[in-house]
Amino acid sequence: MAAVTALSVEAVHAALSEIPDPEIPVISITDLGIVRGVVVDGESVEVTITPTYSGCPAMHAIEEDVNARLRAAGFSEVKIRTVLAPAWTTDWIAPQARERLREYGIVPPHPVRAEDTHRIHLFSRSIACPRCGSENTERLSEFGSTACKALYRCIDCREPFDYFKAL
Amino acid sequence: MNFEYVLRLGDNSLVLGQRLAEWLGHAPILEEDIASANISLDLIGQARLWLTHAGKVEGRGRDEDALAYLREDHEYRNCTLVELPNGDFAFTVVRRVLFDAYHRLLLERLARSSDAEIAAIAAKSKKEVDYHRRHSADWVIRLGDGTGESHRRAQAALEGLWKYTHELFVPDAVDPGAADLREPWLADVRSILGEATLQIPADGKFVSQGRQGVHSEHLGYLLAEMQVLHRAHPGARW
Repeated sequence: MAAVTALSVEAVHAALSEIPDPEIPVISITDLGIVRGVVVDGESVEVTITPTYSGCPAMHAIEEDVNARLRAAGFSEVKIRTVLAPAWTTDWIAPQARERLREYGIVPPHPVRAEDTHRIHLFSRSIACPRCGSENTERLSEFGSTACKALYRCIDCREPFDYFKAL
Repeated sequence: MNFEYVLRLGDNSLVLGQRLAEWLGHAPILEEDIASANISLDLIGQARLWLTHAGKVEGRGRDEDALAYLREDHEYRNCTLVELPNGDFAFTVVRRVLFDAYHRLLLERLARSSDAEIAAIAAKSKKEVDYHRRHSADWVIRLGDGTGESHRRAQAALEGLWKYTHELFVPDAVDPGAADLREPWLADVRSILGEATLQIPADGKFVSQGRQGVHSEHLGYLLAEMQVLHRAHPGARW
């Protein structure tokens, strides 16, 4: 019985949804929206993923995790295909993952706004502190500990926090 | 698309990415150290995509590593602008805004290419270069419209760099449409430099030729540092 149910597309999605992002372990790679397709053919599987940032060092680790997890699930052959188009956007991050990000201390990304691409000044959006909820916050740096985050500080509770940048 | 053309795209990103990485541990403040590293990483990631594609277009079995680590300076096709030494922080951000504004317009155009792979890499990279330009423009405005000292340094950087921008818009057999980007680039750069209260220098006759493989002496030193590990230990892997 295991053979038939274990090697389905649904089973692959379930397995992938348990692979945490290597740098933000409270969300999975399916939450992130980078899994773009799954094709199962007998005991072989092809997973299509798209990179977040061009230079994101986590992509290699993610490919290794996908390979290991799907082999453990019973596939004898695991192929990973990378696609670039359409380019990944933070708008693809799953709604349920956004709350987990906030609880973890990272403010989830606001929706992407086309007009921001033309600006010639760094800007702060009104970003509420994930700890106390105050909107009295300031951006310390557009660039943080990973490519996807900016560093903010809450002026009321004085705690620094990360914002997952809209891309 | 032409191998040489794709090499230009990859080499611009790789060489500027390498220059920015030199700020690691040396930037004036920690936030800018991290910003330089982040932007460098984006550019090197983009270079990997371009050089991998260039290797396929060439069809002689060269991969991204062969192209990045096993070419001599005269085989590099980046514009001279990106290989100049970093200088002070003003020079670094003024160079960046001149290049980022160009890079962004170029990628916007390439994202509409009929070559699907070129279009995909360009569209992906463009999203990152949007915020690269925002970051460099913000700094150039802060320095130019800042203190007497920061203005003086930003203006001196612009004087030194301006002549290297001519090359970007000179058409040749590899890039017959290069001149098309000059007007939109000038408009963007003028608005940024105007807000920064910086004076654009007069155009001269000098045209650098990095894109044709005729580089300044600086590229050789940059490549020596970048390539030493791979050349000393061929096939080395992490």
